Amino acid sequence: MSVVEFRDVSYEIGGRAILAGVSFAVEAGETLVLLGRSGSGKTTALKMTNGMLRPTRGQVFIDGRASSDWDPIRLKRHIGYVIQEVGLFPHFTVADNVGLVPKLENWERPRIVKRVDELLDAVGLPPVQFRLRYPRQLSGGQRQRVGVARALAADPALLLFDEPFGAVDPVTRTELQQQFLALRRDFRKTSIFVTHDVREALRLGSRIALLANGRVDLIAEPHVFRQAQTDEARAFLKVLED
Amino acid sequence: MRSDLANDIVKLTGEHLLLVVSALAVAVLLGVPLGIALTRHPGARRWLLGFANIMQTIPSLALFGFLIPIPFIGGIGKRTVIVALVLYALLPILRNTFVGIMNVDAAVCESAVAMGMTDGQLLRQVQIPLAAQTIMVGIRVATVTTIGTATIAAAIGGGGLGVFIFRGVASVDTAQILAGAVPAALLALAADGGLGWIERKLSPS
Repeated sequence: MSVVEFRDVSYEIGGRAILAGVSFAVEAGETLVLLGRSGSGKTTALKMTNGMLRPTRGQVFIDGRASSDWDPIRLKRHIGYVIQEVGLFPHFTVADNVGLVPKLENWERPRIVKRVDELLDAVGLPPVQFRLRYPRQLSGGQRQRVGVARALAADPALLLFDEPFGAVDPVTRTELQQQFLALRRDFRKTSIFVTHDVREALRLGSRIALLANGRVDLIAEPHVFRQAQTDEARAFLKVLED
Repeated sequence: MRSDLANDIVKLTGEHLLLVVSALAVAVLLGVPLGIALTRHPGARRWLLGFANIMQTIPSLALFGFLIPIPFIGGIGKRTVIVALVLYALLPILRNTFVGIMNVDAAVCESAVAMGMTDGQLLRQVQIPLAAQTIMVGIRVATVTTIGTATIAAAIGGGGLGVFIFRGVASVDTAQILAGAVPAALLALAADGGLGWIERKLSPS
């Protein structure tokens, strides 16, 4: 059973089609990268996975159950989400930000503290030093690490990444990508990762789904994607030549 | 004579404070929940903000005049004054609550929803704490203007520091006018300072 399956999913808003008949599946343990230009519908597809948006046609299945059959709050807490601008709560400490979902799930206090420390260690932020800081006291890269730790907190089976490394400098971005690969090795999570950066897609994806104008142009493993011949794939691969 | 004046100042300042505090308590209890409700119900925005706006444009003496003949809330005395003061104080509180919540960073609200917060949790744990400072600005502005506006209460038998001012104007007695105006100004300054301090305490870390 696939962790996520899109079956002929369309999404229209104000008569404009954002997604048109999109189908794909994400298998346990893999990272599916949704690659595409701005407006290709990749973020919309991501938001449909955890029920922040509902398909106008078709269905999304999570663990074999249609997203419309899930309790919307349960579904969101079941899936970790790392948003583009991080979206850390400025009035919460790092520890409270990371411990958010466990707290919503009424975990016992000592268990939350233990989990938070464990995750801060895992993302390379020593808890003693970072636990009590506020987001404004962190660099962009550190904030992003906290965002990843927060998404992992309640041990979700599936993680969604919405261009998480888009707003940081290239050096930090490379570090964060390496950490992403390390975390994937250690935690064995299934992920969907949205990006417009073809290098990032090739580096992080187990498979790449290329979206163009709300449709799936092709789905391929990175080494196959490098040889792809569709117009959109060639346009993206051309970036690598420069 | 001197001590009579001093006694009067204390008594009328007390009355004045009572008017202001009761009016603000009602305005906060109405304005903050209504402001929150507006963030959830876009349809109600135009007419509710419009109503509060119109209230502010009515000259205060005229508003008292309109209220006097209305049964239950009208008549001569403190109740009418408090109703009028509430209507004035409502707009800044309502508007700042609404604007404060709407201005909370969209990425923060979106991530709260994506983490699986219910609407109530989003409101209590994220939006209200982050809008608290803006809401307090509204309450401070409402308080300072209410302290001034409440001096007109004396015109319809509501008491307060306006009693000195109306008496002084009628008898061309500057000392009497000042006996009302100076304590009112001091009250306004104290409220401004005190609430400004709370406001800074509320700034999100």
